[in-house]
Amino acid sequence: MNNKRTTNQGMVEMIGSLAGGFVTVLRHLFRRPVTEEYPEYKRPLPERSRARIILTRDPDGDERCVGCYLCSGVCPVSCISMQAAEREDGRRWASWFRINFARCIYCGLCEEACPTLAIQLTPDFETCQYDVLTLVAEKEDLLVDHGGKNGDYNFYRFAGVDVLGEKGTHVGEEEPVNLKSNLP
Amino acid sequence: MIGWILGVIFLLIKLGTVLVALLLVAGWLVYVERKLLGRLQLRLGPNRAGPFGLLQPVADIVKLLTKEDTVPGGADRMVFLFAPAVVATTALLIFAVVPFGKEWVIWGRRVPLVISDLNVGLLYVFALSSLGVYGVVLGGWASNSKYSLLGGIRAAAQMISYELSLGLSLVPVVMLAHSFSLVDIVKAQAGIPFIVLQPVAFGVFFISAVAEIKRIPFDLPEAEHELVAGYHTEYSGMRFGLFFLGEYITMISLGALLAVFFLGGWHGPLLPPLVWFCLKVSLVIFVMIWIRGTLPRLRYDQLMDLGWKVLVPVALVNIVLTGGVMLLVAG
Repeated sequence: MNNKRTTNQGMVEMIGSLAGGFVTVLRHLFRRPVTEEYPEYKRPLPERSRARIILTRDPDGDERCVGCYLCSGVCPVSCISMQAAEREDGRRWASWFRINFARCIYCGLCEEACPTLAIQLTPDFETCQYDVLTLVAEKEDLLVDHGGKNGDYNFYRFAGVDVLGEKGTHVGEEEPVNLKSNLP
Repeated sequence: MIGWILGVIFLLIKLGTVLVALLLVAGWLVYVERKLLGRLQLRLGPNRAGPFGLLQPVADIVKLLTKEDTVPGGADRMVFLFAPAVVATTALLIFAVVPFGKEWVIWGRRVPLVISDLNVGLLYVFALSSLGVYGVVLGGWASNSKYSLLGGIRAAAQMISYELSLGLSLVPVVMLAHSFSLVDIVKAQAGIPFIVLQPVAFGVFFISAVAEIKRIPFDLPEAEHELVAGYHTEYSGMRFGLFFLGEYITMISLGALLAVFFLGGWHGPLLPPLVWFCLKVSLVIFVMIWIRGTLPRLRYDQLMDLGWKVLVPVALVNIVLTGGVMLLVAG
């Protein structure tokens, strides 16, 4: 008797929940679809979403890249290649820099590895091309005229170039202490 | 003689109209299903080809026709090429006995709105729906692929099991209508549709019909998540298209049969009979799509349990009860 009642309750519950499901689905027919139609509406992507790669510049307009090969080394698909060189003032740069976007997986490891915040990923993801060779980007395609996500950062104001001026003139460097005046 | 020729011409016109209408409706039914399913899931559905995506079926057909028609190595070539045609043909042939409306009178001739009013129409329907199983099973077997074979086996087991309850659920209808002819069955429902007199038979028939056309929640033969695409895994191009077409035509014809057997066929107030018939078929198809949007797939043992332990006994008891009540009323 008791057993039978629980079976009946189970049946009622089952039918009730089934009907509930049907009603919920039917109600969705009269709701607005949540679809965003892509080519007409482009959803604003977060600043840090990872897509097309750029090479950024210092606030004073110089290239940030020092040709250290760290991005090239960390790249899991080896799509970054470059040639490092040195300027007369001792500042290093990449004489050529190439990213094969046909192989890039947009993992962002190059951005993490970069010591000078030169290489950065941008939210611009519409990079489709019909010809695969047009996806090979040279330095002039990659270089932009702004500082990307870190506009004010300037690596060379702190390090990386030979000290050309007098002692104590570098940014954040204190005047050298005169040992003789420092005697007890 | 002239009367005979006129009759042949009318028949040919009817055949052509029904065939073209059926194929067109089946094509756009795919669109309607995708659109409705999309809306049920808060999506938009196809909306790119033409206004509201209405040309989507055209695009689909062009794509299917221009795709390569591959036959896998090791497949049984003849059977493989033949199987999709069986599915599509049997699906189309079912419509030969479905009446869509009252007789029309054209130039003093009575033109019944049915291609052929067989006196054993119901048996004909079952014969064809059993034949349809062959297409699926042979297609699955001839592909020489594990997924296809598993899909084919499942389809055979499922369709044979559910055909039983499908047939048994209609016995009370035949008892009430005193005829196997679909036209007579519709005529017997002039007063009250059989869904009122036979709600149990209606339920059994509806569930079995959904299982018979292998739709969710009974789509085990083509379960995407386990069998890739089941029996039509290896098919491409228009041969896959024929399977697809057959499925949707069967959906329409079972909707039509449901309307004929239980919803009173073309009977209805105010509107013309043909419109009533179309409305009823659309309603059945809408409910099928609604079910697809709601229910998950059954497990294989649940499927067999439902068929053999619930539907068949219920249908049998229903036959006995109907017979008893009819005897009491008559006596």
